[in-house]
Amino acid sequence: MAVVRPFDKLPALNSATVLLVGSDESLQQKLAEAILKEKKSFKISIHLATSLPLPSERDHLRPRIDLIAFMIDIKSKYSLKNVEASLAHVDASFFLGKVCFLVTGVGRVNYCSVQTNAVWKLGEVYCSPVLYCELELEGIRVATAQRLLRMLQICSGQIPGISALSFGSLIRNSADE
Amino acid sequence: MSRRRGEASTPRKRNKKGQEKASTRRFRPRQTWPPGAVPRRRGGSREGDSNGAWRAAAPRSGPVMESKAAARTLPSAGRLSGAARRSRGPLFGRAHGRFGQGSAGGPLPPCSQENADPQKTAFLLRKQWTLYSVTPLYRFSSANLKEYARLLGAFIAAEKQKGLAVEVGVDLDIKVTFSSLPDLRGSDQDQAAMLVQLSSRSSVSPKNSEEKLMWSGWFCCVSGDDLSENVPEDFTCLPLFLANGAESYVAIVGSWFQKTFDCRFCRLAISPLNLTWMAAMWTGCKVEKNASATELVFSVPCLPQPLDISYAIHPEDAKALWDTVQKTPGEITQEEVDLFMDCLYSHFHRHFKIHLSATKLVKVSTAIASAHCDGIIKFLQSKYLIGVLMLLTELAISQIQ
Repeated sequence: MAVVRPFDKLPALNSATVLLVGSDESLQQKLAEAILKEKKSFKISIHLATSLPLPSERDHLRPRIDLIAFMIDIKSKYSLKNVEASLAHVDASFFLGKVCFLVTGVGRVNYCSVQTNAVWKLGEVYCSPVLYCELELEGIRVATAQRLLRMLQICSGQIPGISALSFGSLIRNSADE
Repeated sequence: MSRRRGEASTPRKRNKKGQEKASTRRFRPRQTWPPGAVPRRRGGSREGDSNGAWRAAAPRSGPVMESKAAARTLPSAGRLSGAARRSRGPLFGRAHGRFGQGSAGGPLPPCSQENADPQKTAFLLRKQWTLYSVTPLYRFSSANLKEYARLLGAFIAAEKQKGLAVEVGVDLDIKVTFSSLPDLRGSDQDQAAMLVQLSSRSSVSPKNSEEKLMWSGWFCCVSGDDLSENVPEDFTCLPLFLANGAESYVAIVGSWFQKTFDCRFCRLAISPLNLTWMAAMWTGCKVEKNASATELVFSVPCLPQPLDISYAIHPEDAKALWDTVQKTPGEITQEEVDLFMDCLYSHFHRHFKIHLSATKLVKVSTAIASAHCDGIIKFLQSKYLIGVLMLLTELAISQIQ
């Protein structure tokens, strides 16, 4: 299947899936390990991909994806291009709160090859929150993992009373203020 | 053009008239790769092909580079004569808004061609200058330069007495001179540039030996209106400092200035984003016949051994590419710079299957100037000196603010 859709599969009981898309595999691996180390009350499965579309051969084995996090490295223009190309393969209804952009490498201003303006515009156009972090540092990595886990809980519907869409618009409104 | 199997073609570009222009591409790694892959260099005629060991990197989804790629130098090709070269006027301005942060270009100030007397500024060329940004100086007056020179000389002598010897062995008498360079400024609102020179004379035989210039540093401000408008009275704005010579003297002179004028020196690094702007802007400048090639040096991250990639482009090809990208003369936008770099990257990718956009740009050298991301600059032409200084002043100001 060419396009990732949010509701084309049945949800599994007490579990959630997050898909990390980004060109830097080692960083994805580290973030995934940090997420797995966190204490959680539900089963979590993390899928890593360097770009979309995902190969269609194993599509029937894949569970329903609850959250997609696109990782952009501010030191590499290539990662931004990669993410922009992958965004075309995501169904539009995913952008109702189930997508977020993780921008890493922001600790070192003198290394940036990507304009922060460009990333901010990407978040605006796709109506998704942009989280800035520095995944090379242990502490921030753990904090980012916690944030992602919380978002995943909401996006998979495990928290009654809050939907992915309302949470997404809450983040965006508070960022605007 | 006939192709032989296994040979990568010499990259060609066609300009508007359909005439061919070949360009030079060089890919030099610092380390030789795993066995059998020795980089071969070939110069000379276009017909010479290199059938050396060259395995193209196997493309994976989203790779940076395949670690087994061997290196090879493409033959440097001669340029066919008669290629049309569209020359725009001496185009050198800065984009509207903060350099590197503004996204849209606006109408530019007229490019600064009225320049310093070339002889006076000739000593600034072809030297490596390290860049610093300086906060505004308190109670600095350009009338007291001789007094400052005397005080700085005394300070340096005192430091030497204290035992902070800068040169072991030879006992040197250091003479300090402060002078003003009134031509190095953008407009009359800018403060005139000021030069500090440390020259030494051997104290053993002061009559016989000559004065040797050991270290020089100069402050300047070119079109620094953004800063000078906002500072209160008594402050002088000279946000850019360039130093050439031993690092220890920079520390000594810097600490004297910091104590005397309550300012702060900070090393100015140039981010890869700003380097791409410089590459685009300097490529657009008109240069004479035997200009040196435009060279970009990239450093590849995340490898067990460090690798530097050097990408050299014939200056007229680069200019032709920039001329097709740039829409309005006198105005440069972020999109145009991005497009220019993307063209270069995709060209490289087509031949070497390496995504240069995933690497870090560390050095840009054109015929006008050469800049390194650690904050090291070299001016090569006095015609564009003021223009380059304007860019650097903008960078310094954005670091201060």
